Amino acid sequence: MTDPVLSLHGVETFYGRIQALYKVSLEVREGEIVALIGGNGAGKTTTLRTISGLVKPAAGSVIFCGHSLTGVSPDAIVRLGVVHAPEGRRIFPRMTVLENLQLGAFARGDAAAIADDLQDVLALFPRLKERLAQKGGTLSGGEQQMLAIGRALMAKPKVLLLDEPSMGLSPIFVDTIFEVIADINKRGVPILLIEQNARKALQVASRCYVLETGSIVKEGPAAALLNDDAVRKAYLGED
Amino acid sequence: MLGGALRRRVRWLPFGLSDAPLSRLLVGVAVVIVLAMIPMLDRNSSHISAFADTGYVMILAFGLNIIVGYTGLLALGFAAFFAIGSYTYAFLASPQYGVHLSFWPMLLVSAAVAAIFGLLLGAPTLRLRGDYLAIVTLGFGEIVPQVFQNLDKYTGGPDGIAGIDQPRLFGYAFGFNPTPYYYLYFVIIVICLVLLNNLRNSRVGRTWMAIREDELAAEHMGINTTSAKLLAFSLGSAFAGVAGVIYAAKLSTVSPSGFDFNTSVMILAAIVLGGMGNLIGVLFGSAIIGLLNFFVLPQSSNWAHSLGTALHMDFLQGVDLNAYRFMIYGIILVLVMLFRPEGLVPSAARRAELHAEQEAGAGIALQEQAEFGADIP
Repeated sequence: MTDPVLSLHGVETFYGRIQALYKVSLEVREGEIVALIGGNGAGKTTTLRTISGLVKPAAGSVIFCGHSLTGVSPDAIVRLGVVHAPEGRRIFPRMTVLENLQLGAFARGDAAAIADDLQDVLALFPRLKERLAQKGGTLSGGEQQMLAIGRALMAKPKVLLLDEPSMGLSPIFVDTIFEVIADINKRGVPILLIEQNARKALQVASRCYVLETGSIVKEGPAAALLNDDAVRKAYLGED
Repeated sequence: MLGGALRRRVRWLPFGLSDAPLSRLLVGVAVVIVLAMIPMLDRNSSHISAFADTGYVMILAFGLNIIVGYTGLLALGFAAFFAIGSYTYAFLASPQYGVHLSFWPMLLVSAAVAAIFGLLLGAPTLRLRGDYLAIVTLGFGEIVPQVFQNLDKYTGGPDGIAGIDQPRLFGYAFGFNPTPYYYLYFVIIVICLVLLNNLRNSRVGRTWMAIREDELAAEHMGINTTSAKLLAFSLGSAFAGVAGVIYAAKLSTVSPSGFDFNTSVMILAAIVLGGMGNLIGVLFGSAIIGLLNFFVLPQSSNWAHSLGTALHMDFLQGVDLNAYRFMIYGIILVLVMLFRPEGLVPSAARRAELHAEQEAGAGIALQEQAEFGADIP
């Protein structure tokens, strides 16, 4: 088996004196969608923030394609190809859709390839193409999420971290977003996905980790967890 | 025919001017010519001096606009960097230490010194946000003139440093004649405008605006927000350094009282009035505040005195409108905030920001309607 694209080994992260992650180990392999599910405050977002260097782990290591990411600055991590689409979309509301997408490619220097990728992203999200000159803040929630994902793709990710991409979207858009996630993955980008919508996440993912109060309590193939009684009870809302 | 020619964009001009329509360039050229002719049309040297002093307000406003307008860091006490620029020149070009370096290279040296102090202040404080940064920079703005005042062994204390060298150009001595300073400010302001116009549209300019919009998102894009903010801080301070040198040379003296909180407020008022983040707005705002400060208030006091003498109305002779300067700034700012919060010439982004709630609300409502509407049979 080849080495994983991204792996965490015994990562412990603190906010001040409060410990948010306890010995978190997980891996994302080539071609995979890995779901990370768990309740509020379980440490899902902290896991992603630790990977992308926005918080420093106190112990453990984050390895990406053989490089250790611990101690590497967030901007250098983006340049390596670890791209994080943050929770709540966080598009630049007063910039146009095009400017948002261009900023996504900020860390890259290859102008010709960026132009090609822009066409790819617009082909993936025809809605954005219609609204290139519109201000980001005037888009609907679903369109903003498309823009957030499109912007992340502009960074040419080697691994994509998605934080709650379906949050606050209408049911139709949730389906669209999950189709897009599967599509991006088919094009060869491994994805680490955080979702509150555990059922959807487990349907699209190949493997899954369950995080509870900062620790990984369960892991396995997504299909197996969909049938796991404890998971069904806690996260899928079934008796 | 002519209309078409005027709208055509000029492609061959350097310095990022080439995307402007010809009509706008012609207006710009006309304004430049008129402004360049003012000292020939108005031979009253106190007027020219007031116009020249407006120049330093403009350069300071350009600098502060990088920090507050482009990057969105609320920095008060900007006059500190102006003071540092002035005193740097005063130390190195006056009888104080017997050092007499030439004026022209000192423009760059003082800019560099002010930039270094910008970095020194910025490095420990830039992780602060919003109001906290405002308070720290306010404190710095108070400390710097105090230091110059209290280190009287080195700085001449409250009296400051006198006899500062004045520039010479090809054997022509500027002296106390305001006209050459007017042209010097003029040239430097044009250089600043070209520089800033390019900077705004550059990679660096985009990082600043991304930080202003959403700092966390900017970080996610791979922008090194710390170095971008430090660059904004030091570059903005460098402008203040340049302004300080010309200010000190024109007066030939510096003293701590010239760099008090009032000066910082004046500069902030200028960019708020004009429209933060918009270069043309900042140009207008600083021109209005500068002219009000150096020309309109003193002149109208004089007019009131003459009127008083002519009409034998004694109370008019005692009028000193300069004393009401800050009341007038205050009224202007309150009126601008009430009726035109985006400034006189707003940047498109600011306007959108201040009216975002209505626009975004309407946009989302329409969109939701469309999305759900499709479902309803």
